[in-house]
Amino acid sequence: MGKHTGQTVTAAATTGNSRIGTFFKQLSKQKMLMLMSLPFLLWVFVFKYVPLWGWTIAFQKFRPARDLFNQEWVGLNNFKMLFQEEAFYRVLRNTLVMSSINLVLGFVTAIVLALLLNELRSLMFKRTVQTISYLPHFISWVVAANIVQTALAPEGIINVLMLKLNLIDQPILWLGKGEYFWGILGATEVWKNVGWNTIIYLAAITTIDPSQYEAAEIDGANRIQRILHITLPGMKSVIVILLIMNLGHILESGFEPQYLLGNGMNVDYSENLDIFVLKYGMNMGNYGLATAAGMFKTVVSFIFLMVANNVAKRLGESRLY
Amino acid sequence: MSGAKSSRKLYSSVPDKLFDTANIIFMICLMIVTLYPFLNMFALSFNDANDSIRGNIYIWPREWTWANYEYIFNESSIFYATYISAARTIIGTLVSVFCTAMLAYTISRQDYVLRKFVTIAFIFTMYFNGGLIPNYLLTKELGLLNNFWVYIIPGIIGVFNMIVVRSFIEGLPEGIMESARIDGAGEFTTFMKIVLPLTIPALATVSLFVAVSQWNSWFDVFLYNSSRLELSTLQYELMKILSTSNTAASSGATAADAFAGAQGNVTSVTPTSIRATMTIVASLPIIIVYPFLQKYFVQGMTVGGVKG
Repeated sequence: MGKHTGQTVTAAATTGNSRIGTFFKQLSKQKMLMLMSLPFLLWVFVFKYVPLWGWTIAFQKFRPARDLFNQEWVGLNNFKMLFQEEAFYRVLRNTLVMSSINLVLGFVTAIVLALLLNELRSLMFKRTVQTISYLPHFISWVVAANIVQTALAPEGIINVLMLKLNLIDQPILWLGKGEYFWGILGATEVWKNVGWNTIIYLAAITTIDPSQYEAAEIDGANRIQRILHITLPGMKSVIVILLIMNLGHILESGFEPQYLLGNGMNVDYSENLDIFVLKYGMNMGNYGLATAAGMFKTVVSFIFLMVANNVAKRLGESRLY
Repeated sequence: MSGAKSSRKLYSSVPDKLFDTANIIFMICLMIVTLYPFLNMFALSFNDANDSIRGNIYIWPREWTWANYEYIFNESSIFYATYISAARTIIGTLVSVFCTAMLAYTISRQDYVLRKFVTIAFIFTMYFNGGLIPNYLLTKELGLLNNFWVYIIPGIIGVFNMIVVRSFIEGLPEGIMESARIDGAGEFTTFMKIVLPLTIPALATVSLFVAVSQWNSWFDVFLYNSSRLELSTLQYELMKILSTSNTAASSGATAADAFAGAQGNVTSVTPTSIRATMTIVASLPIIIVYPFLQKYFVQGMTVGGVKG
């Protein structure tokens, strides 16, 4: 506080009780503002903070028939069970692999597309491509899953094309083979979101000083060199911020696509943490174990976010907070 | 122009032209890959269902018919589901956008004493959430199971949307709101008469985000309302068809068998044509609306993405 002289003066003048006094005076003057925000504070308390208290279920042998305050406490039993469960390691592997694939593919494709869009000379054409590329982002995962399933069916367009090009001699049951699932999911995510993800990079590109390009041109830099040495570095801080945010979500590999495209034949590869929680909690009624798994997810995510943010700080990059 | 310079220009313009051509070809491929599935669904939805079984329908119907659309809108469950989808989208968007804007206005006021507290209380929830089971139990305790309002109330405030609107309000010229207050307008009046109209570009963005997520969601139907058919939505009905054909595919039978079995009689429609038709119905409203809001959501994403 001492750094700001203006604040130091007021802070010195209003000490102790009188500062609390001004707070309440201010508060009563702002009755209307309070009325406009208090209902939502109540809302956020009930719908977001009360469920956090529900984490206690992870330490209980929860019986839905009993009320919330009369449950049996079991310490860390649920976590012990969770870490002894073989299926847990499989879904953890699937979650990490799928979100890593999504992270890398998502970043690389969006950055490359943004760079290429930026090189288009016709503005009309650029706008048309952009508008069309945003489309899949807005449609539901149910529709997207329908599209993917149709395209990958034995008589679907992918098999038809591959047969015509003689890449395969008989149709492949794409969603029936677990080992294809991660690739299919990665490609689907790219199809759905690559256009949308370019928005923020294109915005970053517009902030680059045009004189840099002119200088590079005079120095004889070609197209590719200008992209690599001016445009790409110009996007660096945005890339770092987004990378940090996404690392915080490394255990959020998504739920809907895996659930909708998953089936009995690819379950060993498609099932992730969220589906695990749904299966153990809602289908098998093991609320304690499911909540423990959910809690594990949130806490590990937060640690990832902290670490990534700190690394960015060390590297002297812009960061989240 | 000196010879050396012109030759350098010529030399650099050939790879340049090649680059441009390759880039344009790539973009055209991208557009085809993006649009083809929708055109294919469109063609299947307007093609005679039994004719579609012969295959080779790509982007244009071979035998035009309205029969598929007539069929799904005569199916009362689908008709009613469309109505619920529309209702939750309209009510959910109006309520959420109004509340989010109001809250965003209060925390945009630099002098508001609870500004920091409210902002932090909401931002915290972006990183920590109770998860599936506690949320389910809470919904049950609040009596929101098998209830239409479970689509609206738990989603009243979107934190990201709140940040988008707040940043927009903070960018408005301070003088306008100041003069309204000097004229004796209360906070609520200032918000309704001055801030709301000026914030329309941001509200358009937020409305699009909320409306799209309302229209597209099926998981809340599945989790909270699946035992009440009259609260089902279009996306959930489509999801049920998808999972039927999923099970059919993994058990070796064709989806058509499963569907014919479920129907118990011979109809003029097939699962493929129903799926295609419902896909078109479920995505058409979005396809029509989003291009008109492009300018706004690009702006909103940029502001929210940087400041959020």
